[in-house]
Amino acid sequence: MAMQTPAPCDYSRATSVDDAIAQLQALGGNARLLAGGYSLIPMMKLRLANPGHVIDINPLEPELSYIRQEGNEIRIGALTRHVMMLESDLLSQVFPDIFREAEAVLADPVVRNRGTMGGSLCQSDPAEDLSGVVVALKGKAVLRGTGGSERVVEMDEFHIGPYMTAVQPTEIMTEVRFPIRSGFGGAHEKVERRAGDFAIVAASAALSIEGGVIKEAGLACSAVGPTTMHIKRAEEALVGQAPSEQLFQQAGQIASADVSPNSDGRGPADYKRAVAGVLSQRALSRAAATALRS
Amino acid sequence: MLVSININGQTYSHDVEPRLLLVHFIREYAELHGTHWGCDTSNCGICIVLMDDPHSSQPPYPVKSCTMLAAMAQGYDITTVEGMPKPDGTLDPIQMGFHEMHALQCGFCTPGMMATGRWLIERHPNPTQMTDHEIRDGISGNLCRCTGYDNIIKAIRWAAAYIEEHPESARTAR
Amino acid sequence: MATVETGPGRHPDYYGHITGDKFGKVADAPIGFGHMKRKEDARFIRGLGDYMDDVRLPGMLHGAILRSPYAHARIESIDTSAALAHPKVAAVVIAKDLETLGLAWMPTISYDTQAVLAGDKVRFHLQEVAFVIATDAYAAQDALQLIDVDYDVLPAIVNCRKALDPDAPLIRDDKVGQTDNLASPLWEAGDKANCDRVFAEADVIAKRTILDPRSHPCPMETCGMVADMNPATGQLNIYNGNQAPHAHRTVYAQVAGLPEQNIRILCNDIGGGFGNKVPVYPGYVCAIAGSIVAGAPVKWIEDRSENLASTGFARDYLMYSEMCSKNGKITGLRVDTIADHGAFDSTAQATKFPAGFFHIVTGSYDLQGAHVQVKAVYTNKAPGGVAYRCSFRITEAVYLVERMVDALAMEMNVDPIELRMRSFIRSDQFPYETQTGWVYDSGNYHKAMQLAMEMADYEGLRREQQEKLARGEMMGIGVSFFTEGVGAGPRRHMDILGLAMNDGAELRVHPSGKAVVSLSAQTQGQGHETTFAQIVAEELGISPNEIMVRHGDTDKTPYGLGTYGSRSTPVSGGAVAVVSRKVRDKARQFAALMLETRAEDLAWEKGRWYVRGDPERGATIESIAEYAYSASNLPEGLEGGLDANAVYDPPNLTYPFGAYISVVDVDPGTGKVHMRRIVAVDDCGVRINPMVVEGQIHGGLVEGIGQALMEIISFDEQGNCLNASFMDYLLPTALECPPNGFELGETVTPCPHHPIGAKGVGESPCVGSPPCIANAVVDALYHAKGIKHMDIPCFPARVWAAMNGNAQPPQ
Repeated sequence: MAMQTPAPCDYSRATSVDDAIAQLQALGGNARLLAGGYSLIPMMKLRLANPGHVIDINPLEPELSYIRQEGNEIRIGALTRHVMMLESDLLSQVFPDIFREAEAVLADPVVRNRGTMGGSLCQSDPAEDLSGVVVALKGKAVLRGTGGSERVVEMDEFHIGPYMTAVQPTEIMTEVRFPIRSGFGGAHEKVERRAGDFAIVAASAALSIEGGVIKEAGLACSAVGPTTMHIKRAEEALVGQAPSEQLFQQAGQIASADVSPNSDGRGPADYKRAVAGVLSQRALSRAAATALRS
Repeated sequence: MLVSININGQTYSHDVEPRLLLVHFIREYAELHGTHWGCDTSNCGICIVLMDDPHSSQPPYPVKSCTMLAAMAQGYDITTVEGMPKPDGTLDPIQMGFHEMHALQCGFCTPGMMATGRWLIERHPNPTQMTDHEIRDGISGNLCRCTGYDNIIKAIRWAAAYIEEHPESARTAR
Repeated sequence: MATVETGPGRHPDYYGHITGDKFGKVADAPIGFGHMKRKEDARFIRGLGDYMDDVRLPGMLHGAILRSPYAHARIESIDTSAALAHPKVAAVVIAKDLETLGLAWMPTISYDTQAVLAGDKVRFHLQEVAFVIATDAYAAQDALQLIDVDYDVLPAIVNCRKALDPDAPLIRDDKVGQTDNLASPLWEAGDKANCDRVFAEADVIAKRTILDPRSHPCPMETCGMVADMNPATGQLNIYNGNQAPHAHRTVYAQVAGLPEQNIRILCNDIGGGFGNKVPVYPGYVCAIAGSIVAGAPVKWIEDRSENLASTGFARDYLMYSEMCSKNGKITGLRVDTIADHGAFDSTAQATKFPAGFFHIVTGSYDLQGAHVQVKAVYTNKAPGGVAYRCSFRITEAVYLVERMVDALAMEMNVDPIELRMRSFIRSDQFPYETQTGWVYDSGNYHKAMQLAMEMADYEGLRREQQEKLARGEMMGIGVSFFTEGVGAGPRRHMDILGLAMNDGAELRVHPSGKAVVSLSAQTQGQGHETTFAQIVAEELGISPNEIMVRHGDTDKTPYGLGTYGSRSTPVSGGAVAVVSRKVRDKARQFAALMLETRAEDLAWEKGRWYVRGDPERGATIESIAEYAYSASNLPEGLEGGLDANAVYDPPNLTYPFGAYISVVDVDPGTGKVHMRRIVAVDDCGVRINPMVVEGQIHGGLVEGIGQALMEIISFDEQGNCLNASFMDYLLPTALECPPNGFELGETVTPCPHHPIGAKGVGESPCVGSPPCIANAVVDALYHAKGIKHMDIPCFPARVWAAMNGNAQPPQ
């Protein structure tokens, strides 16, 4: 049975969110939360992560797995599985079609049964698809800590660096909140070497169009920087303008200029930079088409 | 720690290290060798088994047993290839379909592939209407080096058609 | 604590009403050739296969290998004390310990030596350094982290072009008299002077440097072994999934100094071979040594990263080539190749063929002149080279010639199929002797190419390509035509390690009229339990359901060189046909006695001998079998029983061929290649079981997609292997394949010298498809942007670079 295996560790289950936090506090820095496991367990098997203790939070699914509308927000629980977001009618009605497109190309169908929103965001892999969607939609993460404390963190502060987030050692993400907007259209474009692979480059676009004018714009590129890249300059150039291919091409050029790709096995930096522009343009173009249809 | 897992309707309880992976619990402790493994990075899908999640209304769905700790599976129902036939031994339609359509050669990816195929049929509102693309996408987490996939797609279609004609052969979804 | 009552892994099971029974009887089995579902499916669909990791022996220990983090380094010291102190560790073996057993180095199939465990130096990234034996596999892996090795890092050679630079570090300083990194001296084929003349007279010459990059056969089951030395009897039982059990047994006898008759190799089910399970690996020798030392069975199974980084890789041929034409036809080809063999030359070749069958590179064309030269170098990379369904380097040869034909077509401004049609060997020219000494048995190339064109609607595709170009869309049409030489091989021409490449078969028909045929071929999923039964069925008229095919146990099967190089059907299939005919002839003698007539007066129809002119008077094979074992009076010279054995020496290789056409769409914005269609017309002579043949072709075509678009083993400048996991060694999924499936066609040109006219097909699709798909991508680039060449794999980034005029070979 010689595949690679984790180093010795202890295991416990959380009975509630507060219990998870209490366990994190009691165990010091040596414990990791375990949700879907498709990020943490592979790292443990390669011995790149060696937590002395894993806290299984899957029992918190009834508490933390939901997609619902509250007031003018969509709230997605941190333990919501990817397959739920892929198939959610609510998400495809409110945010056509960005969630569905990103989830359809995220990992593979089997991983999507167990991987979670919280797991993906907290792993903070720079090439991760869902993070791009959340950044483009201006999502905010709710983090709960000791003593019932809770704070809401914007995505720009949430992702700090590769595999690094603002989540403190005794905090747990409970949900992500998205403002609902009218006239919405979104899209996710991805190039990968093979189905199921991480993106070589991906672009997530979110537009709100009313009266023929772009009211709000969100653009994020994955796999072209130390974290998901939020292309703010492009967003500023889009707001207040009428949608057009020329406009989206300009936005793509801004994306090309503003990303910071590395050369690696998936491709050299100049390729990624160029393709960030191409995919940004395509995502914006399709997002606009969707917005104008809705 | 003591871990008890329900596999194919039977409970297996063993004292294991917390780090023990589910695939090894199945193979070494429950001694069911039909579940195989093929990589270190959760990419190949060879180790896929079906898991029934009491919190979910979904039918049993495929999970990569190399990417779960055995301890995580406690309280869930696991179905491996050995549990696919009915209690009286009649093969599951997916097993028949793989044989009919020559969807296996070396047989190593077959248990995981059949688990995914079975799931695709059970979760689809109209399985005989599944498109080729839906099936290809559905098995895109399962690698096969021998068959080239074409016959696997035919096998899954065959099983869907068989179930439509013989509804009693399908497992009841929850 | 509940356990399953019927024992480990066995559930109660009953007759499946459509599928035949759980022991492998198949519904609707033909008596002979034809579409037949597989007998071996019965256990696989029930999860009852018996693969390497399923082997459990009482007291079995687990081995794990510590591997080098450096590509080239001196070993200053190894401290195993902390590992030895681990409570679950039974032993830690290093090179020094193996030296006392004479096992620190082992011979390779290419008459080189390979370190079992590195002693003086490590010579490739992830080379074997120490072997831990523990009571469970998790502990064995833990203990690896407790071994302390002190390395003195040396510069590494990663680029084969630099291997022979005067200042290149000497990799094989262990070899007496080795002063450079030449692994195998220059090997040539073809008449150079004649070839030069042909080029001097040519109208057009195309020149290219083409790399067939390093890739890996990557079966889904990794390599492994359980070695069980019985200290009381000296019997060594080896459980090992390998493609050549008898040859391995001979090697172990020599290497370990054990009597060959005391070694038994048992191959049960193998989860894919593709050439990966031909070599003897250090892990195997460690497991055997471990079992001898520990006095208990030792299991060693590699993980996927070990498989990718250290076991027999494939290809890695850098080829400079020129091809010329005169009067519109291809006339000459010359090739100069550097073969990168890695740190040890462990290529699996026939002895006189250090470049394998690469000199079949003249391909399917009636050339006037050709010259081929190959030299092999050592580099700081894993050893290997002959693997991955390559037919002993024929994949490299066909890749080269089919890429060159397209290159020449570009230079001549001629359609690539038109150039092939003008230049093919004609059907009336067979048997055809090539410029490099091959004698092709039979073929009708024009017919196969024509059929492929019709199936693809080639003219329609070219029209569509033009229409798309006008709209700025990139579409490519790729062609390849291959001729393979398989079924090695005749005794007078070739051997491996001095062993003739013949295969044996033993056939016994029992008193009940049912049979057992034992083979030296070794299936890894090719369906031998069904197809070989069908051969016997065709010859004797016994149902394949009643014929057991036995293989995989050296104690119970005849000597032979195993399954690789597509040799099962041509060689073992020949042996089985011959042995079946021997049995049939013996049956005739008995039938003559039973029918009280002379043997010459009998005629055969499938399943019975009957009296010529009086067909009602006959004897079925069942009744003959019963008679053969009965206490009847037999004349002088006729022995009882109905069995025979044969060793088949093929008179020649066989030459399957095929015409492949593929269609790709390339995204000009991202370089991503979409596989739209593959049309594959194969001619493998007589087909024993069309269902099995088509399955083999599907699988090989996907391997071609992999090689052309995404598979590569690459290294950084320090020699670190960059593709040692499935995150970076990418195999195609169902989504990378043509969305409407593969389109297969066939022509049948029987092999004139094979007992059943079959040629074999196992490797053909993996040989024909990589150049077909590569040509399609280059065709798209050429028509859209005038780009004439790029190397595989065609990752999006590499295609994009080529589109922008920056095509580079991969690292």
